[in-house]
Amino acid sequence: MSLKTIKNTQQKERLFQSLLSASGVIILVLVIGVFITLLIQSMPAIIAHKFDFFSHTTWDPVSGQYGGLSFLVGTLLTAFLALLISIPFSLSIAIVLGEYLTEGWIALILKTAIDLLAGIPSVIYGFWGLFVLAPWIRNLEIKLGVLPYGVGILTASLILALMIIPYAASLGREVIRLVPAELKEASLSLGATRYETVRKIILPYAKSGISAGFLLSLGRALSETMAVTMVIGNSNLLPTSIFSLGNTMASVLANEFSEANGSIYISSLLEIGLLLFVVTTIISLIGRRIIKKMSVHQ
Amino acid sequence: MTESVLRLDHFNFFIGENQILNDINLKFQRKKVTAIMGPSGCGKTSMIRCINRMNEWVKNARVEGEILFYGKNLFQMDPILLRRKIGMVFQRPNPFPTMSIFENVIAGYLLNGIKLSKTDKERIVEDSLRKAALWDEVKDGIHRKGTFLSGGQQQRLCIARALAMNPRLLLLDEPTSALDPKATSHIEELIIELKKTVTIVLVTHNIAQASRVSDFTAFLYLGELVEYGETTKMFTVPEDKRTEEYLTGKFG
Ligand SMILES: Nc1ncnc2c1ncn2[C@@H]1O[C@H](COP(=O)(O)OP(=O)(O)OP(=O)(O)O)[C@@H](O)[C@H]1O
Ligand SMILES: [Mg+2]
Repeated sequence: MSLKTIKNTQQKERLFQSLLSASGVIILVLVIGVFITLLIQSMPAIIAHKFDFFSHTTWDPVSGQYGGLSFLVGTLLTAFLALLISIPFSLSIAIVLGEYLTEGWIALILKTAIDLLAGIPSVIYGFWGLFVLAPWIRNLEIKLGVLPYGVGILTASLILALMIIPYAASLGREVIRLVPAELKEASLSLGATRYETVRKIILPYAKSGISAGFLLSLGRALSETMAVTMVIGNSNLLPTSIFSLGNTMASVLANEFSEANGSIYISSLLEIGLLLFVVTTIISLIGRRIIKKMSVHQ
Repeated sequence: MTESVLRLDHFNFFIGENQILNDINLKFQRKKVTAIMGPSGCGKTSMIRCINRMNEWVKNARVEGEILFYGKNLFQMDPILLRRKIGMVFQRPNPFPTMSIFENVIAGYLLNGIKLSKTDKERIVEDSLRKAALWDEVKDGIHRKGTFLSGGQQQRLCIARALAMNPRLLLLDEPTSALDPKATSHIEELIIELKKTVTIVLVTHNIAQASRVSDFTAFLYLGELVEYGETTKMFTVPEDKRTEEYLTGKFG
């Protein structure tokens, strides 16, 4: 290589690196900007009701009561319940598509179907939940002898579970496919069955990547708005069981923001937004730590 | 007269339209080392992967003829049980990165869900590591990850892992091709030691290695068995011209 071309390559390299750093900085600025905006806008509410927000479950803007605890509980409950429900499905899809059915048209159809699931607008999930799933849940509730709302925490969690399956399933499939063939062969050559190989070699090797998929799913469940708003029942009371009506932080924002009047009301809603932002960030940070601990390459 | 542990009888192997192995007739003697040599792509790996039926996962793979393991057609045996009796060490060291050294050695038991008492485990681990000449180097860090070891140590760990299952036959596919001379000579000494108890099939490109450790040599060329015989004899007076050319470095 001549000196000139080396210089040229070095320049390109430098340009590329500054581009990368620039995009990193832009993202950071945006995130901090959103955080600061939320913080400033919710200041009046924070000053007005101090820590009532966390200790109080009564949200009644008419009488000036702004307790946000029910929404925090609603969000965490639906998101984690959805994650729990989705795990067996996303994990088995990931295993089947990552290890057993890696080629052929059936695999292609399944893979495409899963990816399409992620592309369906959430309002459609909401409608489906309202018109198909809710009546089923109502029947179940009648059989169990609880108040048959049809909508509520459980319905929202089921819809969410369905919506988040593709994220964990796709990522899981990818990491399972990346497990080195030589490890699988070593396992099989020791007389392990395919199932034993999946359970004791492939899954342990891929577990940090699989968990990253779960984290992605959880993040999606925490912040999903439209579908949840449609099927959760929009009650501001603290949920007492999975059949209760409820509201999540995102759904209460969607429901009330357009009709909110009064600066404290709006500011309190923004405080919910701030809380949602902080909660998702904390969960994602904890999740990352766990994933890092699990990684085989450390 | 030594008895044969393994015999290939008019054995053919195909992948799709390609015939990889062509009418192989070959006996492996008990507690001897048989070297399999031949130029790259001649079917050495394919042959030993047929012996423990690892080729069954290869798409469109098909066999004809028989392989007899202690007189029984191994294609009629349960592949899982068969593989527990036949150990295999691969070209590249492949310890399980999710397991410690200790767990790697007893991986065959862990994977197969065979319960062992604590003392049995410790005994098997120590025995196998001693046989693989690795015990002294790792005994103080036995619960560390196996992937922290050097390449040569990793390969000996893989040998220990195969030996822990008490195989009657050990298949070694170029076990030293990724190793330096010191690690290689370690493994060669090990092979000579091991043949006291187990029958060994050794695939190697290294002519000096074959002459150092093997009792018999089979020379494959383009999927055919060109020559088979005692190593000392074949290396001094090869019968076939192709063997001679290979041994003198004309190809391969
Ligand atoms: N999975 C496969 N699909 C198609 N052909 C294959 C496959 N595996 C091996 N072959 C073919 O089989 C032939 C023998 O391959 P094999 O790996 O047994 O050679 P080898 O003697 O072990 O070579 P080397 O010394 O390079 O390891 C080669 O021509 C190879 O292209
Ligand atoms: Mg080979």
